[in-house]
Amino acid sequence: MEFSVQLISALDSTLRLAAPLVLCAMAGLFSERSGIVDIGLEGKMLAGAFAAAAVTAVTGSVWLGLLAAILVSIMMALLHGFACITHRGDQVVSGLAINILAAGLTVVLGIAWFRRGGQTPSLGSDERFGPLTWPLSESLSDVPLLGPVYTELLSGHNLLVYVALMAVPMTAWIVFKTRFGLRLRAVGENPQAVDTAGISVAWLRYRAVIMAGLLCGLAGAYLSIALGAGFIKDMSAGKGYIALAALIFGKWRPYPALFACLLFGFLEAVATRMQGVQLPVVGEIDVQLMQALPYILTVILLAGFIGRAIAPKAIGTPYSKDRA
Amino acid sequence: MVTQTIQDPNRDPVSYSIQLAKINKHFGAVKANVDVDLNVVKGEIHAIVGENGAGKSTLMSILYGFYEADSGSIYVDGEAVRINDSKRAIELGIGMVHQHFMLVDNFTVLENIVLGAEGSWSLTSSLYKARNKLQAISDQYGLNVDLDAVVSQLPVGLQQRVEILKALYRDAKILILDEPTGVLTPQEVDQLFAILKTLKSQGVSVLLITHKLQEVIAISDQVSVMRAGAMVATVKTSETSREALAELMVGRKVLLRVDKHVANPGKTLLQVDSLTWHDETDVPRLDDVSFKVKAGEIVGVAGVSGNGQTELLGLLSGMLDVQQGQINIEGICIDAQHQMTPKQIRHLGVGHVAEDRHRNGMVGAFSAEETAIMGFQDEPEFNGKILQNRLAITEHCKSLMNTFDVRPADPDLKSASFSGGNQQKLCIAREMNVSPKVLLVGQPTRGVDIGAIEFIHQQIVSLRDQGSAVLVVSVELEEILSLCDRVLVMSEGRIVGNVLASETDARSLGLMMSSSRSGDQMVQQGSQS
Amino acid sequence: MSRRTKLPAWADIGLIPLINVLLAFLSAGVVVALIGESPLEAVQVLIRGAFGYDEGVGYTLYYTTNFIFTGLAVAVAFHAGLFNIGGEGQAYIGGLGVGLICLALDHLLPWWALLPLAIIAGSLFGAAWAFIPGYLQAYRGSHVVITTIMFNFIASALMVYLLVNVLIQPGSMSPETRAIAPESTLPLMHEIFEFLGIKITQTPLNLSIFVALLACLFVWVLIWKTRWGYAIRMIGFNESAAVYSGINPKRMVVIAMMISGSLAGLVAINEVMGAQERVGLDFVSGAGFTGIAVALMGRNHPLGIIIASLLFGALFQGGAELAFEFSTITRDLVVVIQGLVILFCGALAYMMRGPLERLFAALSRSNQEEG
Repeated sequence: MEFSVQLISALDSTLRLAAPLVLCAMAGLFSERSGIVDIGLEGKMLAGAFAAAAVTAVTGSVWLGLLAAILVSIMMALLHGFACITHRGDQVVSGLAINILAAGLTVVLGIAWFRRGGQTPSLGSDERFGPLTWPLSESLSDVPLLGPVYTELLSGHNLLVYVALMAVPMTAWIVFKTRFGLRLRAVGENPQAVDTAGISVAWLRYRAVIMAGLLCGLAGAYLSIALGAGFIKDMSAGKGYIALAALIFGKWRPYPALFACLLFGFLEAVATRMQGVQLPVVGEIDVQLMQALPYILTVILLAGFIGRAIAPKAIGTPYSKDRA
Repeated sequence: MVTQTIQDPNRDPVSYSIQLAKINKHFGAVKANVDVDLNVVKGEIHAIVGENGAGKSTLMSILYGFYEADSGSIYVDGEAVRINDSKRAIELGIGMVHQHFMLVDNFTVLENIVLGAEGSWSLTSSLYKARNKLQAISDQYGLNVDLDAVVSQLPVGLQQRVEILKALYRDAKILILDEPTGVLTPQEVDQLFAILKTLKSQGVSVLLITHKLQEVIAISDQVSVMRAGAMVATVKTSETSREALAELMVGRKVLLRVDKHVANPGKTLLQVDSLTWHDETDVPRLDDVSFKVKAGEIVGVAGVSGNGQTELLGLLSGMLDVQQGQINIEGICIDAQHQMTPKQIRHLGVGHVAEDRHRNGMVGAFSAEETAIMGFQDEPEFNGKILQNRLAITEHCKSLMNTFDVRPADPDLKSASFSGGNQQKLCIAREMNVSPKVLLVGQPTRGVDIGAIEFIHQQIVSLRDQGSAVLVVSVELEEILSLCDRVLVMSEGRIVGNVLASETDARSLGLMMSSSRSGDQMVQQGSQS
Repeated sequence: MSRRTKLPAWADIGLIPLINVLLAFLSAGVVVALIGESPLEAVQVLIRGAFGYDEGVGYTLYYTTNFIFTGLAVAVAFHAGLFNIGGEGQAYIGGLGVGLICLALDHLLPWWALLPLAIIAGSLFGAAWAFIPGYLQAYRGSHVVITTIMFNFIASALMVYLLVNVLIQPGSMSPETRAIAPESTLPLMHEIFEFLGIKITQTPLNLSIFVALLACLFVWVLIWKTRWGYAIRMIGFNESAAVYSGINPKRMVVIAMMISGSLAGLVAINEVMGAQERVGLDFVSGAGFTGIAVALMGRNHPLGIIIASLLFGALFQGGAELAFEFSTITRDLVVVIQGLVILFCGALAYMMRGPLERLFAALSRSNQEEG
């Protein structure tokens, strides 16, 4: 019993920790499936987090905060698009610029506007996305096994966690079942085929990066006005990169990427619980090892030791009509 | 009216599906199209011929909306139109089959055809509707392809058919084919031509871009000839001949006769035994290839490009690892157990003029002198203990430029800034300078002007006369026949013919090139009837 | 689309980068104006802070030293066609090498005997950390950009583990090693000047700036004067041509990454052996990323890298001064500028080429008409 309570609580925090990863991984999926490398997930999320907290602090409305996060993140995404699509700049360099820019701007603007050393004012509980309690969760909590799963694990998360989980089937549906999805996958494999079919490569890719911006904005808002209660300097703390790793780990497909996010979230959830705990056989597992594990696993995957991650063929190469 | 000036007065008006008038297009200082006029009669196969760089592809790209002309007008079915992107071209009923297919490799045939013409936002219903429509089209034109096959798994001929289906699915009434036969086997070419004839009978106008004159004569109704960006003539195919077209294309009679006396082969310098090679997807590229090249002879390898020639050169030069069989260079054996790097092979006295100099033979961003030591960069004469000996390198480049008349003779100039002929001369000079015992030459005169062709051929012959063994790979049969002493014919990775150049001609080589596993029977059938 | 008139070489090499840098700083000025301060005043404070007095100059050059190392690291990889984002981690691990050798031998050897060993150790450790991504790219096909990002995080976790559990000074609470013996650390610049009879304020600036300048010379010679540089540039431009020329591109990728990593590892000479005299948590503090901006701005040429490093050194030092003068501006503004430089000099490097080419074409046309 003790163990199952522990497990459910660990899985519960897994969902909490994986939610921003899932949103960012889906964001990356749209961008990278269209052939645009997106290492700027981190920056877009961070900028979104700041915008959400700042606007919520000023207006008191979480919804305006959410909107601001999405808009700001989309603007960063458009900047990425402007550099990589319109001016055919290096996608990695541009993504890096966005990450560094976001890291700097959020603090500079935060200090200028709120004068709290880069933080935004902390938000009250009505200025955050609070937990949604599912119907009957009180009365069902005593049902053995399923009760705790329903009450503790599934119920009681904030709206954005559910949005994150919904984002996966939505992404899968858009990418594999719609016209836009067909074109998106095509442009990431062979942009010339798309161009000669009479579709604008640039507009298609712009739409993909806008989708990425939208989802990163949600992830940012989650950090600052749902999970947290305000913006803290560098609060994305590498989550964008973990999401990128998860996307690669999931081989650029929605459900495997979700699985990878949950795995990485679980590792993080367990890491904090494992501190100082002696396990049989292995002894104490080090926190740093657990933190590094997502990156190590991704490197091992990329090295081809567990399956093969084959990226969209046209990824990273700017499209130009010129024949070389 | 522009339309009147471009119409042939002896012909009934209106029946043109496409009219181009005074089309001009330049790229920087290069004039790709100069005042080009073109009239395509409805329901005819109209060929456009010209040498590489004559402006054919640019013209078609303008018609298909890939580029916009600097000036000039386009009429489709008699109406003036502006085609600023491919979408507009498709709307106007223009379809194009590009030289390099525009297909998404990991998509199915159906997905590829539907891409861009889905109809509705829902993919499932689009694919369902498309399947029915495509069934009708395949029946009408006799074009059968498995709609659920993944494109990358299909042979080239079928991929091309997917491209044609793509155009027809979009109700194309005008079909442009850019060099459609370059990658096809002869039977595939026959099949393609049968399809084109069906299309024609259904009222589709076909624009065929090619530089292969025998195909033009075989299939087209009219021929337009382009030279140096301008349209120099449009004639009825029935009223012309290959020779007349060839003359129009080059502007003067080409005499591809190389001055050389009969070869006097000595001992075998290069011997290849049962060489078999599979690519990373395990597709066989070379199949049991054996031959010898002796000192003092030039052996040519003829064949449609993509039939194993590139892999053969790759293996001989050490750029690819030997898998099965062996290569013998003056008694030194290279096989799967005894691999040699390109450097080691060069040290055996093998020179290698790469087939594609932009890919292999030079680095565009390097200065000429840096390109001039490629492959020799580790030689003691170009290096001190730590530093490169830049003085020696510059001198070396100057001397190469002198002997091979490379212009401008500036070792500091970026390699990419030289003309194609001068780049090739520099590459050949580099390889010949060490008097290699064996010289491998891929496409000796690709993208090279006529003056330089003669010079390059003479140099190769003089190397032969000094006792080197030369292996020439070329897709130009004329070049093979005039330059080489003996000809090997390659098809589907196998050597299917080995003849003396003096005892064969383009026709019989072409026949051999068309032999293949299935084709063998075809040739036999041909000989029986 | 169409090829326009070619730009003269000086415009391509000099003018476009200059315009890009100016655009980056103009944008930064807009940010400053946006938060209600005067950009001009900020620039004045910056310049005064960076160059106005000897202490400022000392700090400026101290930061410059780091950026030269990381800038060179990025540049060498760039020449081989590789984007090494892992300078941060490589420098961090390089610190482990420098730290270990210094702590092992500091009571036995004076600084001048220890320096060559520390340089070797730092380079080796940095190179080793870059070797894995390089090897995986060359032989296993995993992309070096992604693996070096991952390796930054792994390096960080590893160093935290080592500093907390292994290398920590017994009895101490803060995760750092014991201090290196004073006679074994690099002489600080004020000590050297004092020896020459000139008195300047003490700053962390130390002898390693000369190591950095030597590294510039080394990279210049390596890339443009040796056959290894020839091979590195060849794989950067055209891998298949390298195979043709008998160069093993896989091996060269690994070698280029290792050279790159070893240059990044030298940051530790400045930080561990010079300024901090111990291995501390996160001593690289972003220099690896600044190196990317430096290499892009300096166009991967050692001379350009020195200039760009000096600029960023000044920004970091002057940026610290900003916080004293303005209540609303902190050194984070420098991070913004860094991002803008990467954006304009890197991602948008060719944005100005089109307009400039048209301008030059128009100019030459009007010249012809006059003439």
